[in-house]
Amino acid sequence: MGFKVVKAGMLSTIQDLGRYGYQKSGIIVSGAMDKLALRIGNLLLGNEEDEAGLEITLIGPVLLFEEAHLIILTGADLSPSIDGAPLTMWRPVHIPKGSLLTFGKPASGCRAYLSVAGGFKIKPVLGSCATYLQAGIGGWEGRALKPGDRIPFKQAYKANGKFNWTPDLKLYPRLDKQTIGVIAGPEFSLFTKDSIAAFFSQEFSISKDNNRMGYRLDGAGIHQTKTEEMLSSAVTFGTIQVPQQGKPIILMADSQTTGGYPRIAQVITAALSILAQKQTGSLIKFELITLAEAQKQLQQQEKQIQQLKHTISLKYG
Amino acid sequence: MTIEANSNDFRCYPLGDSAIVIQFADEISIPINQKIRAIGEFLDEYTFEGFVEYVPAFSSITIYYQPSLISFQELETMVQEMMEDLPEATTGSQSAAIEIPVVYGGEWGPDLEFVAQHNKLSIEEIIHIHSSTEYLVYMIGFAPGFPYLGGMDSRIATPRKETPTSSISAGSVGIAGMQTGVYPIETPGGWQIIGRTTIDLFDKESDTPVLLKAGDRIRFVPVEADILMEEIYGI
Repeated sequence: MGFKVVKAGMLSTIQDLGRYGYQKSGIIVSGAMDKLALRIGNLLLGNEEDEAGLEITLIGPVLLFEEAHLIILTGADLSPSIDGAPLTMWRPVHIPKGSLLTFGKPASGCRAYLSVAGGFKIKPVLGSCATYLQAGIGGWEGRALKPGDRIPFKQAYKANGKFNWTPDLKLYPRLDKQTIGVIAGPEFSLFTKDSIAAFFSQEFSISKDNNRMGYRLDGAGIHQTKTEEMLSSAVTFGTIQVPQQGKPIILMADSQTTGGYPRIAQVITAALSILAQKQTGSLIKFELITLAEAQKQLQQQEKQIQQLKHTISLKYG
Repeated sequence: MTIEANSNDFRCYPLGDSAIVIQFADEISIPINQKIRAIGEFLDEYTFEGFVEYVPAFSSITIYYQPSLISFQELETMVQEMMEDLPEATTGSQSAAIEIPVVYGGEWGPDLEFVAQHNKLSIEEIIHIHSSTEYLVYMIGFAPGFPYLGGMDSRIATPRKETPTSSISAGSVGIAGMQTGVYPIETPGGWQIIGRTTIDLFDKESDTPVLLKAGDRIRFVPVEADILMEEIYGI
């Protein structure tokens, strides 16, 4: 037993923290766009942080709970409600049997994460439950949810934990933040001085050509000093590559494993969650930071997660 | 092949805060491919704390790591040490080439005629040239199990289509410029399609879903269309 999909929403996929170890075979990592939101949701529920959840995109699904369960919603605020009453995000909520979970207008961000206590009953493929849409593997039958699907819970709901405290969630960034930290990419020096200056001074707008694979950016063109064919090399979540026509593309969670366009910059890992919450028309600005600073920011984020983990283990006992 | 650069020359640089790239001279060459394969084999054997995975490419290999467990500087030092006494690659070179059966032309290879016209050769000559060469899998990328092959005869080189086809069937064998390859899954693409293979390069039901790996050698073997009909339609 689990929930039944009444309406599928724009793109609702099962995702975990990604499928690692197969990129050398061309099998992408995929996984949650906003990993931080998924991890925090899992921890607050008492799950392992890499438990698979449902990634919900902009227009949420309608889900009928065929049994009672404990759930949590994190990430974007897509105005969730239970049987018409607003549902509080970022804390575990008990959902009675027969309830309808619906979503309304997107209030902030683009992607929300639904996690359930104990997780969903999903068979891992190559070690992960992440949905890899293009290859049709992982998640729920290798595809986005559709009406009529019944997604089972791994375990029945045991009403044991009381959740009457408010976690300190300073570690989750403000989603309206525009500045995205990057470090210089391998082909940074191939671009003209003017283009480098333009890359860091202008506001880019996320074009309508954006999805889990990548975001194409609108803005003044970025060009190389001379156009050279380059040999394909590794690209990853956060790689910013610039095709000849000059419009940068930021590769996202469903990034190809290798690419042949020059890589001007790489978004720092600590900023990927903010980026994952942007949508068509969102404005962003890049800020150049050092590798050392990028790793420091990531370590701070990880430290805060460890602290949250510790606090929760005390609360749940 | 161009004049081969020294495959012992390399440099390291970061790809973001969680990956290091070991970069050789920017060219397609067998000695560099062997060096990259040797690094992969070494990492298969001796992993390190914080190692995530590696991705080989034509002239580079990228190692993903967890920066909370190992710093870029530490990793760079480790790479330098690894490169000093790296054993030679063992796989691929001794084993026999993997045979890829292909039905050339007709509905399975709609662009074969164009490739023949473009190169002023007969269809038979194109098939003969394409299937009498041994190809080296330099890297896998773009799609699950998609091999970037080296060794195609320049007499059959053909430019990509100006407008990509919106959907190319899985198993399609194509030519793009100086490259040839096989599409493991259905995807849009701009390659000239000259045939279709009867075997899966990517089998999503399998525990080892990908047929090829970097360093493998392959050979295309022409087969009759009825084998493919049987495979696809069961008739």
